[in-house]
Amino acid sequence: MSQTDSAPTQSLKPTEVRPREGDPQITEEVVADHGLSPDEYERVQRIMGRDPTFTELGVFSAMWSEHCGYKNSRPALRLLPTQAPWVIQGPGENAGVIDIGDGYALAFKVESHNHPSAVEPYQGAATGVGGILRDIFTMGARPIAVLDSLRFGDLDSPRVRYLFSGVVKGIGDYGNCVGIPNIGGEVQFDRGYEGNPIVNAMCLGLMKHEDLITGVAEGVGNTLMAVGARTGRDGIHGATFASEELSEDADLDSRPRVQVGDPFTEKLLLEASLELIKSGHIVGIQDMGAAGLTSSATEMAGRGGTGVEIDTSLVPVREPGMTPYEILLSESQERMLVVATQGKEAMVKEILEKWELEAEVIGRVTDDGFFRVTEDGATVVEIPALPLTTGCPTYEREGIEALEIAELRDVELPERESPDRDLSEALVSLLGSPNIASRRWIYRQYDTTVRTGTAVGPGGDAGVVRIRGTQRAVAACTDCNGRYVYLSPRTGAMAAVAEAARNLVCTGALPLAITNNLNFGNPTKPHIYYQFRQAVDGMAEACRIFETPVTGGNVSFYNETDGRAIYPTPVIGMVGVIENVDHITRHAFRQPDDDIVLLGVNTNELGGSEYLYHFHDLVAGAPPSVDLLGERSLQQAVLSLIQKGQVVSAHDVSDGGLAVALAECALGAEGAPLGLEVTLEDALAPVPLLFGEAQGRIVLTCDPDQTDSLLETARRHGVPAKRIGRVTEGGEGIRMTAGEYELRVSSHDADRAYREALPERMDRTLTADAE
Amino acid sequence: MKVAVLTFPGSNCDYDLYHAVKQVGGEPVWRWHRDRGLDGMDAVLLPGGFSYGDYLRAGAIARFSPILEDVVAFAESGGPVVGICNGFQILCEAGLLPGALIRNESLKFQSEDCLLRVERTDSSFTSNYETGQILRMPLAHAEGNYRADDETLASLEDEGRVLFRYVDASGEATPEGNPNGSRNNIAGILNAHGNVMGMMPHPERAMEPLLGSDDGLGVFSSLMASLAGTH
Repeated sequence: MSQTDSAPTQSLKPTEVRPREGDPQITEEVVADHGLSPDEYERVQRIMGRDPTFTELGVFSAMWSEHCGYKNSRPALRLLPTQAPWVIQGPGENAGVIDIGDGYALAFKVESHNHPSAVEPYQGAATGVGGILRDIFTMGARPIAVLDSLRFGDLDSPRVRYLFSGVVKGIGDYGNCVGIPNIGGEVQFDRGYEGNPIVNAMCLGLMKHEDLITGVAEGVGNTLMAVGARTGRDGIHGATFASEELSEDADLDSRPRVQVGDPFTEKLLLEASLELIKSGHIVGIQDMGAAGLTSSATEMAGRGGTGVEIDTSLVPVREPGMTPYEILLSESQERMLVVATQGKEAMVKEILEKWELEAEVIGRVTDDGFFRVTEDGATVVEIPALPLTTGCPTYEREGIEALEIAELRDVELPERESPDRDLSEALVSLLGSPNIASRRWIYRQYDTTVRTGTAVGPGGDAGVVRIRGTQRAVAACTDCNGRYVYLSPRTGAMAAVAEAARNLVCTGALPLAITNNLNFGNPTKPHIYYQFRQAVDGMAEACRIFETPVTGGNVSFYNETDGRAIYPTPVIGMVGVIENVDHITRHAFRQPDDDIVLLGVNTNELGGSEYLYHFHDLVAGAPPSVDLLGERSLQQAVLSLIQKGQVVSAHDVSDGGLAVALAECALGAEGAPLGLEVTLEDALAPVPLLFGEAQGRIVLTCDPDQTDSLLETARRHGVPAKRIGRVTEGGEGIRMTAGEYELRVSSHDADRAYREALPERMDRTLTADAE
Repeated sequence: MKVAVLTFPGSNCDYDLYHAVKQVGGEPVWRWHRDRGLDGMDAVLLPGGFSYGDYLRAGAIARFSPILEDVVAFAESGGPVVGICNGFQILCEAGLLPGALIRNESLKFQSEDCLLRVERTDSSFTSNYETGQILRMPLAHAEGNYRADDETLASLEDEGRVLFRYVDASGEATPEGNPNGSRNNIAGILNAHGNVMGMMPHPERAMEPLLGSDDGLGVFSSLMASLAGTH
């Protein structure tokens, strides 16, 4: 282990800061409770040139937490590509921003709320949505869509059902009230997430280029204003909490550290903030998110190269008697820090009052580079701002793969040669797996059509929102198969990027950029750091090939309960542009007699598959290999076919393999399911052929007149392509032939398994749980 | 034709209504809930959303908004008023429409397409439809379960004031076609004078095939036609 940043040496002018009356003594225990190591505390003392006060210690604890300081991830994150001609704002701001043409820019970001959701699923998830919305509208963009990427333990557990239903309701209630459509996401249930659910929320926002604003404290003498909800005693040290492992009884002890959301206030804050930004009365704005006032003030000063001074006695609070420590570290929701141009304070207040919100002057921008806090005239905090935000010690740790993972990859997998079961029944059973079944039970609780922009909502390969007044649309998706990453972090992360890009392409979009949410265990453990580092490497390589730079994201470590870590889950949130809404393509078959064409290559890979988990309770084998260049050719071919108008439907092949992908296309048809008749001639064993999850495959349908030309285009792109069958009437069901094996499933049986799996588990068992 | 689109704190379908009015050639005019006066307006629309967070009860606080006094006066003078989703809830709370909207039978927020049957076409809001026409459009609400006492219900039915009914794929008002438990599958109603209409589904979200349906267009084009006096 080595520290990569040299400790800053800085001598300060003599300070007036004295401990407040009643402050606890700073002992080794107090330092440890604040999540700082003895070395880190020494670094604090060096920066300060003295011992910090208790309040100052709280500030360092929050800013140097993993959540704010990225201390274990920053060196690795530097490996990710962040540049492209269309990138307007890369990492380091509230959200990334890209140019999407016609004078419009898209702000987007994903953020985790794993820890709060593990102890209080409803509020944890709701405030996760609230936070990501604020990250978007503080850039000057109007939120136009949200997506959610979720992971839970096995759905047979009542606790998991409680977490799952609470999280879904929390996401729904918050987004529905603010009026932002949910357009997609994913969910996986696997015992690898027992005790540590993953709740990642992504938001897209639209703006004109000229409306871009950032979180910078510029202009010495300008005024700091607290805007929105009042500051209370909730969520104090949430950032530090998010940087710890959970214990068995965490859900009781940690509840006070979870914030409570109010989407109604958020909606008002959204409108008020956008009006403020348009008014030109402010120079910077930032959400008081993790580490609240402390992080927003110091980060804005850090970016502006300025200092800030705040008087905590001016901050509007919910209850009397709050200490500067509490005010600085509260994570009360729906609050903003605004830097108003000097002299425009009254106009800022007027706008906020229209929206029935408060705005109070709480401080000013200074030129001395200090984060200074006073309370009734007495200075209680005086810390150089830059070391707080950029001087956080960072660590490049040693990574070693856990032996048992290497062994898991070499496990002899069942059914590699001949099946142990009836394959028709296997398909129906898989369609009813919680990991594959229709997600309608979830997204029926989300408003998906508000704002009248949703061209493709949840249930498709990616969500698509058209841009009113243009011919364009944006597409977005989230992807990551944690099992693949667990079995081989580098390959798994590449697969996540590749699948995200493939999903976008299937809707007709050109992938442009990603935001990532890196969910891992405790990085101080070598086998976890190995996963993290390998995954970042794989992601970086894939992003380079697909020309999809990373414009920001979030790192969530310490997703462990009692020493058991989640599957490493680097969620990719990808965005792309469809230049002409006529090119928007859906995954569902449209009419009988269309030809079905498979692009890509079937293989005998079965490792990491849903088939093995579902039938053998097994997460083992090598995950499917990823050929990035082949994948890129595939995607270019499909995009060009879609743009030429030759494609009726397109669907990527992923969880459950080719048989499941084909069934999804048939069952997704509008109104009633369609049928299909497919013959696979590959010389492969039936289970890997039908249910293996080989990467780089897309299923298309087209008018039979177009098939030859379509195959020719694929060949020109160097992509293997073959007509494998045709769409039939729903009454003919699903018919597949793989060598000597035949699958025959009625549309009714397939549809029932697919649609009823989640409602049956949730609505029936919830009643049982309550009894 | 000037059509006021009201915005309450927490409204979130106001933009969608604004664009719907524009699409049918009307002139939408924003009205913030604290603005007073609807002079010169030809019609008034109350949007969906969560006015005042729907705290207490959906629509219960918005009915005390300053502009509601003007809406009541506008309605009493015969001006056309349309409330959609939360707007319908507000009109019920304000007493401009009978009945109430309670929690969906599922006890969950429901967002999905529904099928509606047009029950009559001699109203200002349905003249561009055919009687019995089946419409597909989104609904998105937690409290859309229409309730009224037997007497009120009977008068609604007898006077032909049920404008839209939830139906199944065969066009019948069955329990299967009823998404939220509404009595008599009621999705939209008229007041006694026929100038105030409330409905839970969102016609403003069904204005173009690109977004899945343009079956909602008729509500707005009918209103425009009636305002233009061509009806």
